[in-house]
Amino acid sequence: MKIYIEVNGQKKVYDVAPDEYLLDTLREDNFYSIKRGCDNSSCGVCTVLMDGKAVQSCTLLSVKADGHKITTIEGYQDEAKKLSEHFGHQGADQCGYCNSSLALTVHAMKDEIVKPTNKDIKEYLVGNLCRCTGYEAQHRAIKLCLEDDE
Amino acid sequence: MEIVNYFKAKTVEEAYKKLQEDPSNLIIGGGAWLRLSSKTVNTAIDLEYVGLNQIKETENSIEIDAYVTLREVEKNEALSNLFSGIVNKGISGIMGVALRNLVTVGGSVVGKYSFSDFITPLLAVNTEVVLYKAGRMSLEDFLKLRTKEKDILLKIIIQKEEVLGYYYKMKKTGLDFAVVNVGVTNTLGHLKIVVGARPSLAAFAVKAMDYVNNQETVTDEVIEETANIAINELKFSTNSKASKEYRIELAKVYIRRGLKEVTK
Repeated sequence: MKIYIEVNGQKKVYDVAPDEYLLDTLREDNFYSIKRGCDNSSCGVCTVLMDGKAVQSCTLLSVKADGHKITTIEGYQDEAKKLSEHFGHQGADQCGYCNSSLALTVHAMKDEIVKPTNKDIKEYLVGNLCRCTGYEAQHRAIKLCLEDDE
Repeated sequence: MEIVNYFKAKTVEEAYKKLQEDPSNLIIGGGAWLRLSSKTVNTAIDLEYVGLNQIKETENSIEIDAYVTLREVEKNEALSNLFSGIVNKGISGIMGVALRNLVTVGGSVVGKYSFSDFITPLLAVNTEVVLYKAGRMSLEDFLKLRTKEKDILLKIIIQKEEVLGYYYKMKKTGLDFAVVNVGVTNTLGHLKIVVGARPSLAAFAVKAMDYVNNQETVTDEVIEETANIAINELKFSTNSKASKEYRIELAKVYIRRGLKEVTK
């Protein structure tokens, strides 16, 4: 079936199976920044934004994205660059597999919560697993990035 | 789950008709469980365009449509100010924001998931469901309903009552299912105790509630006895998450804490 999605501002038409997941549809269209991890909505590395809200593309049927706006990290290059610099300086970046989903989640959080507290950040990032860093360095980097925006 | 056809209904009536056409047809909620099911579905029915996506606050209740996401419920301010925020608290312990942005109220309630962190607090407050054909009934009756007739959940209605609430989910890791979850409420002196993830579906501890509600004062001894009655009347079992004995011990502790919290 045909679905119409705006990906990073670009109008796209995909021919998808009814039980196809958005992760597969987008990766087949070369959006490799969206990673495949657990494939059962536990790890968060497949996160994209749908109409500005973080969603897990491994769990979202492609047909459910029909008519919606999807944003991958390619759609937030400048902002992602800022966050990645903080990640680098804080030692929050090792293998990098979770970085793009984390950056998108931070973006969604900024849209949803005005001046997020430490608690807000911790709660919002639940479900974004990182097997390298232990989260403290990421937390510092995110806080610094938020301070830059103030 | 294998899905052969996908149908975007425009009205509830249209969705209901499609639902009856084939025994395997079903309504799709947020879709969080699709990957873990090996079923084949002839037609998956999507209700996104039916208009079941509002939270409405009336003078006496909060009505939440079936296609509202759990994240929207969690963020609802009116609800967070009621029942000591236990409904919102229950939801906030379910996976991460990115999943709660997908999961719907309808899918969570109709699924009658035994480990649900949404059903336990809902049951502990005064919640009703509204079904397209079967109409309005209490959540408790809906959970007990065993029928092969397929229906569509339209909304849930939570009565705005003066309730002190307690909810606790015991889990082994941050993103895990509950080993056991307990909801205790005090509605103007009437106490309710709900225990879920035993690992069966959340249920009232009816005998324990009868006992405690017939006492003049809720002393430490009464609390102890109430918790004992509750763990003896409810069925606990063993599964991969925890043993029956461990669940019983945990439930007893959280029932005690809950009763203390809502009666202090």
